Order: sequence, then C-alpha cells, then structure tokens
Amino acid sequence: MAKIVRNQKDFDEFLEGYHMMPQDYELIDIPERFDHDEVAPSSTFMHDVWVRFKSNKGALIGATVIVIFLILSFLCPAVSHYTFDGVDTAQQSMSPRIPGLEWIPWFSGQSGIVQYTGDLAGTYHFFGTDVLGRDLWVRCWEGCRISLFVAGTAVLVNVFIGILYGMISGYFGGWVDSIMQRFQEIVNSIPTLVILTLLLLVMKPGLYTIIVALILTEWIGMARITRAQVLKIKEQEFILASRTLGASGFFIIFKKVLPNIFGQIIIMAMFSIPNAIFYEAFLAMVGLGIPAPQASLGSLINDGFKSILVTPYQVVIPVVILGILMLSFNMMADGLRDAFDPKMKEM
Amino acid sequence: MDKSTIKYILKRLAISVVTLLVIVLVLFLLMKMMPGTPFNDEKLTETQKAAIYAAYGLDKPVLEQFWIYICNMLKGDFGISYAIQRNMSVSALVGPRIGVSFGLGIGAVIIGTIFGILLGIVAALNRNTFWDTFATVLSVIGVSIPSFVFCLLLLILLGVQWPVLPVLYNSSNPLQSSIIPMVALSMGVIANVARFTRSEMIEVMGSEYIQLAEAKGISRRHLIFHHAIRNCLIPVITVLGPIIVGLMTGSMVIEKICAIPGLGSLLVKAIEVRDYNVILAVSFLYSVLYIVVMLIVDVAYGIIDPRIRLGKDEA
Repeated sequence: MAKIVRNQKDFDEFLEGYHMMPQDYELIDIPERFDHDEVAPSSTFMHDVWVRFKSNKGALIGATVIVIFLILSFLCPAVSHYTFDGVDTAQQSMSPRIPGLEWIPWFSGQSGIVQYTGDLAGTYHFFGTDVLGRDLWVRCWEGCRISLFVAGTAVLVNVFIGILYGMISGYFGGWVDSIMQRFQEIVNSIPTLVILTLLLLVMKPGLYTIIVALILTEWIGMARITRAQVLKIKEQEFILASRTLGASGFFIIFKKVLPNIFGQIIIMAMFSIPNAIFYEAFLAMVGLGIPAPQASLGSLINDGFKSILVTPYQVVIPVVILGILMLSFNMMADGLRDAFDPKMKEM
Repeated sequence: MDKSTIKYILKRLAISVVTLLVIVLVLFLLMKMMPGTPFNDEKLTETQKAAIYAAYGLDKPVLEQFWIYICNMLKGDFGISYAIQRNMSVSALVGPRIGVSFGLGIGAVIIGTIFGILLGIVAALNRNTFWDTFATVLSVIGVSIPSFVFCLLLLILLGVQWPVLPVLYNSSNPLQSSIIPMVALSMGVIANVARFTRSEMIEVMGSEYIQLAEAKGISRRHLIFHHAIRNCLIPVITVLGPIIVGLMTGSMVIEKICAIPGLGSLLVKAIEVRDYNVILAVSFLYSVLYIVVMLIVDVAYGIIDPRIRLGKDEA
C-alpha cells in the first residue's frame, strides 16, 4: 500500500525511497499543497432535493405552468366583468376574439354563430362564449379552479386515509395486517368503473359526490405504498433502538416512521393529482359531472362536445387546458421523484 | 407449474369468486335503495305497477331475489331488460356489443404494443439522439394526456377540419369508423410500452451476455434481433395487464364520444333509465374481465420470470 503523504516530512521520505528517472517530471514548489483537507459544505436532505429538482428542466416548466394556471384561475373570474353563470342570449356561441391577436384566424371572432358587429363590435370574449352566451374565458378558469380544488381535496383525504391504513397495517402486522390486506384485495379487485357506477346509482351529481368517488377509487394505491415503505423501515435498527428505549407504538409510527416515508408519499400524491383531474373529467363525460351553472374542466368539455361540429373551439379550449395541466403535473411529479430518490431515476 | 403456483392460483380464484359475489350483492342492494324505477309510465296505476312488479318477481324480499338471480346466473341466464328493450333477454342485448368493445380494445392494444416496442427499441439503440428525445417526449405526453382528449382532437382535425374519416360510428363500415377511437386509445399504450421497452432494452444491451456475444464477433443485426430483443420483450408482456385495465375506463368515454354501440355506452344508458338487470350484467362482465386480466398478469409474472415467487407477500 502506498503511504499517505500528509506533510513535508512524509514527502521527503517518499522522495528518498523513490528512484526517479530524470525525464519523469519536474518538481514544482509543493509545500502546502498536501496540507489541506477540503471540507465540503454540509447540506440538508431537503436542500439536496431542491437542488436536484431545480436542475430538472421539465419539472421546472411543469411547476411554472401550474403556478400560472393557479394564478389565472383565481384572478380571471375575480377581475373580469363577466361572471361564470351570467347568461346573455344576445351573445350566443361567439367565437374567441382577443385584442391584438385578431390577425390570427383562430382569435378573429369570425367563425361563431353571433358575430361581433353592431352593439357587440367593442366586446371581446377571449375564449368566445358558449351556447347560452356565457363567457368561456371566465368559465374555463373557473372550471380549472374547481377541477384543481376537487383533485386537491381528494388527494389530501386520500393521503390521510392511505397513511393511516397503510401504517396501521404495516406496522402492527399479524392478524391486523391479514384482515386489512384481504379487505384491500377485495376492494382492489372491483374495477373503478363499477365503483363509479355504484355511486352514479345512489348519489346526486355534485362537487362532493365527485370527491367521494375519487377517494373511494384512489386511496388503495396510497395505502399500498405506505405499507410497503413501513415494512421496509420497520426492520431498521433505529426503530429497534427506539422500541428498546420503551417508545410506544404510536410514538414510533408518527415520530420515527412517518418522517422517513414522507418523500414517497409526496411523490405518490403528486402523481395522483393528474389522475384525479382525469377522473373528474371522466365522471362528467359519463353523466356524474358537476351540475350547471357551475363549471369544471370535465363539464366544459362535455358541454362543448355537444356542438363540436359547429363550434369546435368550445371543446378544444378546455381540452387543451386539461391536457396542459395533466402534462405539467406529470412532469413535476417525475422531477420530484428523481429529486427525492435519485436511485429511482430511469436510465 | 409447481405446487405452490397451483395453490396460489386456487387461492386467487377463491378470492375472485368472493369478490364477484360481493360486487353483485352490493350492486343488488344499492339498486333496491336507488330512487326511481324502470317503469316510468305515468299512465300506470298503483295496482298495475304492483302487477308488473309481481310479474318480474320484484315484489319478493331482496335476499330472495338475490338468491334467484345468482341461481339463474349460474345457468347463464342474466334476466331480461326492463327499459332499454323491454322483455329482451340481457344476454341478447349485451352479446353483440361485447364484440364491438373488445374489438376496439384489442385493436388498440395490438397497434399500441407494436408501435410502442418499435419506438422503445429505436430510442434505446440511438440513445441521446433525436429519436431518443422524440420517444421520451412522446411517452410523457402519451402517459399524461387522457385518451379522450386525443380522440376529440383527432375528431376535430380528421372529422371536421379535413373530413376524411366519419365523426360518428357507422355500423355498416366498422373498420373505417374505428380508426379514430382505436388510434386515440392506443396512444396511452404506445407511451407506456415505449417507456418500458426503452429502459428494458438499455438494461439488456448493457448486460454481460450481450458483451460476450459482441466479443465473439456476432454481427450487430444478429446481436440485436436474436439476443437483445427477445430478452427485452419478455418483461414487456407483463406490463400489458395494467394497460388493458386502464383501457376499460378510457374506452367508456371514447364509446360515448364516437357513439360506438359498445358495452360502455350501454352501461351509461342503462344507468340513466334504471335498467337493473343490464347494469348488473355489464358491471359483472367488467369485473370478470378485470379479475381475469389481473390474475393472468400475476401468474404470467411468475411463469415468465421464475425469480418472482408467487404466493409470498411483497414484503
């Protein structure tokens, strides 16, 4: 083994024992070059996560788009002088018209049923109006907000249920785990479609029905991830140490296990938000949408679809917003996953 | 198949039967509690309604009705439709629609798998080039955007802007009118399969037996077609299960959008008019399909890759 050179004395000893060829290399002034040890600045786990997340372009774009959409969806309905439920039969199905962009055929306002002429020459509907003359710019952002609210609430409740179920099942094991796992297996082998059918049968369409539907179908994934993580963590030494010191079950679960599986849960939650947005739209398409005059992205798509041949913009705009939103959430979730667990990164 | 595999399959089958019974029972009970009836004619008097209920056996206690239903179901009799086509047997109503829905789904899976595998392999073999970026971007888009969005956009492009394909399903020309829904459904499959194939192929190409084959001087074509692709395709088969399950939900919306006379649109209609037996039969069919696909996938994992032990908990 080579001897470690720490200081001048070591180096001199090293030189004594080494027979250099004349052409080997030239000596330079070395004295303190071997002396210092560089100390890397310590950084916390969350800081590392943030640095890795920042370096992922797709994730940053996704996050930015989500923030912009959030701001728009709160600001637009509040600022605009149109309201999401203001019916005006004189302005039915007017196509999009945006000041300054009228030279683009899509936003010129020419193709709608009611034209921007006469009294309406000075009005601008950025995304046009629907068959009842409601302004789609306001309705789209209102719908975006409702969709995000539905998805966010459902995912929050799911995380709560999933963590509780998964941690109890995983931590206690034994017969508790067996019973909980069998129950989960049975619920899991009922297709989502059938669960949604059940709900269609017994509940009235509305915001909270949709949230309940999303919770009923999505909690299992969360519970499963939590349980798998708990089983992995449970075997580690620090849990054994904690138990040896006399910590109670609940203390270990919430103070020791939970912080260690939080990253996984955040990732899972981020991935299930786009899923929830999709199911909301799906429910609207099969008839369990949010009732009029309220709007969600799904119900806007469903309404616009009815006149797809005459006024395609009524369905294209909410569809594009939905697509961009889901894409952004997926890109951000991908980035978060890579940031929390670089080992999981796909090759 | 060894003993433990058979034992595992039997256990899964037992759970499946229990699950199906639970599904049918819950659906049955809920439909009894559901407001509204399939007989919505205002001219019917109370006595006439009672007579109709008696004739269809709907006046008996719920559990007795359930028992009769299960017994009939085992004989292959799913009852008759009350509202959609009065007195038509449900099997006759559902039967022809199974083919339409399955044809669509299977078509989408085949298209999606072929293109997905091609895309994945091309991307893996040309890493960090245009094709790789193209495949990655396409798979992110395909995974995140739901199939009905693609369907609507395709309809507007190819049905409204440049009318080359029919917008609505035309049963006299099923092939042409299936193109848009099939392509829309297959986008998700392409994305998932391409993603998986790519990472699998990269792993295989880096493995030692490929290095050995390369060292022996095999031509690159032989290496890729005989050694690499075969080994990367086996695991791809196993991801098809979850994909098929996902297609079931997606196809329901697509069937509604394109007015395809399939199972999904029948279910939606049956719910609207409270046609009990049709709802039960279609939900039952979906559940059976779902359970069978999941079972096949789990067993296939074990048979294809013996390192995965069946019957053990994932812990």
